[in-house]
Amino acid sequence: MSTAAATHDDHHDHHHAPTGLKRWLFSTNHKDIGTLYLWFSFAMFLAGGFMAMVIRAELLEPGMQFVDPEFFNQMTTVHGLIMVFGAVMPATVGLANWMIPLMIGAPDMALPRMNNWSFWILPFAFTILIGSVLMSAFGDGNPSAPNFGWTFYAPLSTKYGPDSTDLFILSVHMMGISSIMGAINVVVTVFNMRAPGMTLMKMPLFVWTWLITAFLLIAVIPVLAGAVTMMLTDRHFGTSFFDAAGGGDPVLFQHVFWFFGHPEVYIMILPSFGIVSAIIPAFARKPLFGYASMVYATASIALLSFVVWAHHMFTVGMPLAGTLFFMYMTMLISVPTGVKVFNWVATMWRGSMSFELPMKWAIAFVVLFTCGGLSGLMLAITPVDFQYHDTYFVVAHFHYVLVTGAIFSIFAAAYYWLPKWSGVMPNKTLGELHFWNSLISANLLFFPMHFVGLAGMPRRYADYALQFADYNFWISIGGFWFGLSQLLFLAVAVLCAMKKGEKAAAKPWDGAEGLEWEVPSPAPFHTYDTPPVVK
Amino acid sequence: MSEKQLSVEERNKRTLKKLLIWAVAMFGFAFLMVPFYNVICDITGLNGKTSSTAATEVPEQVVADRTVTVEFITQKGDGISGEFTSETKRVKVHPGEITLVHFYASNPTSKDMITQSIPSVTPGEAARYLHKTQCFCFDQQTLAAGERKDMPMIFYLDPEIPRHINQFTLSYTIFDVTERVAGKNNSVAVN
Repeated sequence: MSTAAATHDDHHDHHHAPTGLKRWLFSTNHKDIGTLYLWFSFAMFLAGGFMAMVIRAELLEPGMQFVDPEFFNQMTTVHGLIMVFGAVMPATVGLANWMIPLMIGAPDMALPRMNNWSFWILPFAFTILIGSVLMSAFGDGNPSAPNFGWTFYAPLSTKYGPDSTDLFILSVHMMGISSIMGAINVVVTVFNMRAPGMTLMKMPLFVWTWLITAFLLIAVIPVLAGAVTMMLTDRHFGTSFFDAAGGGDPVLFQHVFWFFGHPEVYIMILPSFGIVSAIIPAFARKPLFGYASMVYATASIALLSFVVWAHHMFTVGMPLAGTLFFMYMTMLISVPTGVKVFNWVATMWRGSMSFELPMKWAIAFVVLFTCGGLSGLMLAITPVDFQYHDTYFVVAHFHYVLVTGAIFSIFAAAYYWLPKWSGVMPNKTLGELHFWNSLISANLLFFPMHFVGLAGMPRRYADYALQFADYNFWISIGGFWFGLSQLLFLAVAVLCAMKKGEKAAAKPWDGAEGLEWEVPSPAPFHTYDTPPVVK
Repeated sequence: MSEKQLSVEERNKRTLKKLLIWAVAMFGFAFLMVPFYNVICDITGLNGKTSSTAATEVPEQVVADRTVTVEFITQKGDGISGEFTSETKRVKVHPGEITLVHFYASNPTSKDMITQSIPSVTPGEAARYLHKTQCFCFDQQTLAAGERKDMPMIFYLDPEIPRHINQFTLSYTIFDVTERVAGKNNSVAVN
């Protein structure tokens, strides 16, 4: 190799990598954009978590202590919105950005400029949403922030919505545009940019689950956009989609919302299935049991998600045939989900297991996600749902699948791929502390919610009957403990970003498989400019 | 030109276009759900709405060996300060029997008011067996300032009404739609 050519290459690289703020603002590099997404989602996780702390502080003891009920409602609403649209979804998009090109041997995402745009919309969307909370907090509740619950049912969000509802509508539109563009990018990348020999059925399961997630996003985020558009025209342009006085129907809102909302919960959990399917084989040192069945199970879950939405609204009153249909369809989802859990356990069976940090989080995911799945099965049964509906049992259910499910798996992914992203191993002591504290506190936080829910404590209230006081005290203690534990991860991530720690090898986990481990750690700015050959 | 001969950029553009069209179509689908929902509701009575047009057919027979209890409740929506009530709270009728019920609404304010009443039946499946030959809910009712209006409603139950429905509730909510009729936007409620 001639020296001249090498110098030229250096120059070439340098030319394409601006530094400082411009590097991040104008970045079209999938790794930089992935990093932005991940840091952004963690910031949102802390912001939404802070709101959860306000909620739990108020519920620590019966009676009103810290905030008035009106502000409490704003906290539950914005906590939910931030965690769903600001923390979990961007975190999985960040993982997709970082990992999908590396996993399929592509040089970058297919549409890099759109990728930049889809990220940079998000900070503005959330500035608008959080701005409404700040105005409320510093303006003594006037104007109020959105206060109608993250599901923003009409007419609470139309006729009775505060003025800030319009800020909310705008920010949801922006988040939606960002998600749709992110999803389109994933589909185009996976369809057109795979390395030679990387057939669909050779793709890592994380790529598969994300591909299916992307299709769900493209199918339902526009429906969400439609729902908020109808809200907007109902509020300001004289239409009556959801207003009975003008011939509309508020229950229609719930149908439109949950037609989006149920696939949405799978949008949040399917990438987690892919993460866990990458990690468990690596630390059980066995190939994933039943790869093809995993792909088909994921696809079946995605398809079924379109025909179960009304299980969120059994209590609105439906013909018997309708409730039976939605009940059986919902219960049917446990079959492909069961296939997945079976496959993860079968992968571990007689494996040569070791319990590094990613594996600990992955196993916790399998156990606790299954716990959340079982309470979901209970909620699917129409007659008992009438009792559980809108109680803390539902809160317990969806926090088990979203916190100990989706978020635990995102932590698993972070610990698994941080060596590849940063070039150093995540700090073991801090990581162990983070894991054990999170595991114990999350269960202290969410498990007793089942009991108070079954005993009839309704969700979304700033106060409760005295009989629930002891449980709520311990739930709040678990909440503060869990919240503080997450600061340990901030320390882990900052240490990695500062390159402080043991240097990571190209493949730091000896059982790991996949193209992402073929490139050095940290992954160079440009990878797979020449596609690898997959046998 | 086959897909294989195209450059990656070209293929990316094609896939992008297809997916964008799909996203726009799904946005349209959200609005399509509105008429679709209304049709489903008309067929199944899902949302308990009764027909908004008068029944013109006369029932073929009266099923004298069955009685169904119909209860009436009234609710006042935004902007209604006067009275809105039914003369009868519950009637027992034979399917096919034609029954008259009087509703009263009053406008104690000094301005004329245009109102619209919205019916709802619980359980919803009874809605499509309720036939009204006359109802104040078919049209907007004008209440002059200070007026108390008698608003009759004439109905019969379909002789085919299933055996297991022997009681249902018909609810009316009355709304002040004066501003809406005047073409003004329904302004956002100020808290």
